[in-house]
Amino acid sequence: MEKIKSLEDLKKLRAEALEKRTAKVISGQKEVIVGMGTVGIAAGARETLKAILDYIESEGLTDIVVRQTGNIGLDSFEPIVQVVIGDQAKVTYGRVTPDAARKIMKEHVVGGNVVKEYHIEGK
Amino acid sequence: MRELTLHLLDIAANSVSALSQNIHIEVVEDTINDRLFMSVKDDGKGMDAEMVKKVIDPFVTSRTTRKVGLGIPLLKAAAESCNGWFKIESEPGKGTLVEVEFQRSHIDRMPLGDLPSTILTMIIATPEVHWTFRYRVNQEEFFFDDEPVKQELEGVPLSDPMVISFLRDYITEGIQSIQPPE
Repeated sequence: MEKIKSLEDLKKLRAEALEKRTAKVISGQKEVIVGMGTVGIAAGARETLKAILDYIESEGLTDIVVRQTGNIGLDSFEPIVQVVIGDQAKVTYGRVTPDAARKIMKEHVVGGNVVKEYHIEGK
Repeated sequence: MRELTLHLLDIAANSVSALSQNIHIEVVEDTINDRLFMSVKDDGKGMDAEMVKKVIDPFVTSRTTRKVGLGIPLLKAAAESCNGWFKIESEPGKGTLVEVEFQRSHIDRMPLGDLPSTILTMIIATPEVHWTFRYRVNQEEFFFDDEPVKQELEGVPLSDPMVISFLRDYITEGIQSIQPPE
């Protein structure tokens, strides 16, 4: 992909991005939420979020919305990541290091299978 | 928290929780006068005087009607132990301004940390907020306003891979082109 340097080049980027997005409708909306309360940030939530963005970028995934949220109320499990795919129930993951985040992106967000290792049951 | 930018992220996350529509972040490194300044200004719901007191020192009162974290008291203590200062100005319904300054060369001053990633993650993960960011090093400045980007991208989310790539390069290069050595 050509490097885009200026705001003027965003027009080109937009056209290209919209073209790639036309095929996405079948999979439904995918949302990845990262807890960014004080405890989450101290536990490494920024690096976790960064790893998620890097994964989306390197794999060219066009149908994912990434969001932050405040304290989820599970301090001892921070950093927390939640995944929502279409109208399925929200899945909550705990102690999500950048490595764990990449695994969750690959196996759950892309592959559709819950990663049991980091899944917090009942949440 | 071992980086100033993690504190910055913590304060900005508070601004997001306070339902701010506009959040302005400023980081100033003045190597001539040996000062390092950071501020977060928002137009969120704000706090009354009692709440501000509680946020700065959560142990003054035993009332625990609202949960407050330890991020701010720790940052205040860190600044004050580095010939610096910390200030919150807030008004209910108007917004909040948090400012902190350190002696830049102080031996106990926390490293700034990863400023590009901090700004990038905030902008992308809270697209409903209008972010402006100013980074100044002596006479040089990098200013970023996410509004023109969002207007240009109408219909394409900020978490699109090409947009992430654009924002990361743009912000990283803008910061690194003027950043002095730690």
